[in-house]
Amino acid sequence: MSSVSGLRCRECGRTYPAEALHVCDFCFGPLEVSYDYDQIRATVTRERIESGPRTIWRYADLLPVDDPNPVDLGAGFTPLVRADRLAAELGLGELWIKDDTANPTGSFKDRVVSVALTKARQLGLKVAACASTGNLANSVAAHAARAGLESVVLIPSDLERAKVTMTAVYGGRVVAVDGTYDDVNRLCAELTSEHPDWAFVNVNVRTYYAEGSKTLAFETAEQLGWRAPDHVIVPIGSGSQLTKIAKGFAELAKVGLLDEVPEVRVSGAQAAGCAPVATAFAEGTDAIRPVKPSTIAKSLAIGNPADGWYALQTIRESGGSCAAVTDDEILDGIELLARTEGIFAETAGGVTIATLAKLAASGQVRSDECVVAMVTGHGLKTTEALFDRVGPTATIAPTLDAFDAAVDLGADGVRADVAAQRSDR
Amino acid sequence: MSITVRIPTQLRQLTGGAGEIKVEGSTVGEVLKALDSAHPGFGERLFDDAGELRRFVNVFVADEDVRFLDGLSTAVADGQTVSVIPAVAGG
Repeated sequence: MSSVSGLRCRECGRTYPAEALHVCDFCFGPLEVSYDYDQIRATVTRERIESGPRTIWRYADLLPVDDPNPVDLGAGFTPLVRADRLAAELGLGELWIKDDTANPTGSFKDRVVSVALTKARQLGLKVAACASTGNLANSVAAHAARAGLESVVLIPSDLERAKVTMTAVYGGRVVAVDGTYDDVNRLCAELTSEHPDWAFVNVNVRTYYAEGSKTLAFETAEQLGWRAPDHVIVPIGSGSQLTKIAKGFAELAKVGLLDEVPEVRVSGAQAAGCAPVATAFAEGTDAIRPVKPSTIAKSLAIGNPADGWYALQTIRESGGSCAAVTDDEILDGIELLARTEGIFAETAGGVTIATLAKLAASGQVRSDECVVAMVTGHGLKTTEALFDRVGPTATIAPTLDAFDAAVDLGADGVRADVAAQRSDR
Repeated sequence: MSITVRIPTQLRQLTGGAGEIKVEGSTVGEVLKALDSAHPGFGERLFDDAGELRRFVNVFVADEDVRFLDGLSTAVADGQTVSVIPAVAGG
């Protein structure tokens, strides 16, 4: 039974029924799902969750839609990987990677889309649509195919080719718009008024969609043995994921799944070429000034982030930090994660890892903390960012001599970075 | 100067359901004030107590966010379109 009691404006508190509404008619503030937490608390247990499916739907009690047959490709319950080698390089202690590259279409967007389209189907909406920087496009097209829905996906025309292919292959409509993501987003916001029977997942069903990101917090806590980490590092595009991760940890305590109210520091990661939240954090201001993005981290290239202000508040209230990293640092971050942990992240993951490194170096992420870094998309989506960086380490004639001349691993065959770490101990 | 204002669903109850309204004005601020005169209720929804655009209201002139232009002082030319759009979308 659904424990959703309705929708509520985050700004002025006006209440609305649980329909395809995303902003308050009065002040345009965002609507949030209201739950009857007493009812959830009476039903939900760790055992009930642990016996559920190995997907986000094991947390159905804490999601805004109740459906025995959700629109599902198996999103969620991705690996939480202990990252000792990366921790050693960064001078950290207990470090974990939440590896959301392992989702069905390779990014965390499968979590939010599975929730959004399940709710959209219940509401009788006929077409799955979105404005996307790529990952969402992949996920909406795939989930719509799975559900037998028509899909209409709008993307900026300069998107990475892999992300276009990974969307178009599912057979829906893919409309490339000459403009930035913010232009695409504005067009979709206007289209929502013209097509009220379509589900624009991040516009008119955004209220439900955004709740899907709470599952990142739920899984992290469960996989740590029902305990919250001390510090999470989260990339910021719109800022929605960051605020929902914080909400997810708080909800676990509220419904009795954690023994104590967690105090999780939440830190944000942005690309320097699109850093409206990091800039406001650094300047100590409340206003998020929109920017024109210019960064290789296209999945985070949102110059006017819808939840930027809430993300900033969440970071400050939690005692977290926020930083921005350059395109070169992003590529360094991708290579560092790949080299130390065997995880290949897209550019947004490079932003997370590079920001983690920066905050560790400045002492804002500490070695006595249990730290979780959210790596939210797969490197295969953005390989072109690395074309000038990595390739064959040698190209040789097919002879033993040529091989020996090109590949010298040293006498013991131990990697230089590993040898250095050993000698540090 | 005759300006077309595009109205989002959330505010169409103020316009009797119309998605576009024509008003006169030479800046964005004048256009939105004229809109409030023609259809009372827009003012309190678009502006905060200090008379600034509310945080979650985006206004575009010829598809550019007025926050990148001159805000409410942004000049508008005869025949241009001003769009009022809820900011909470995307990502």
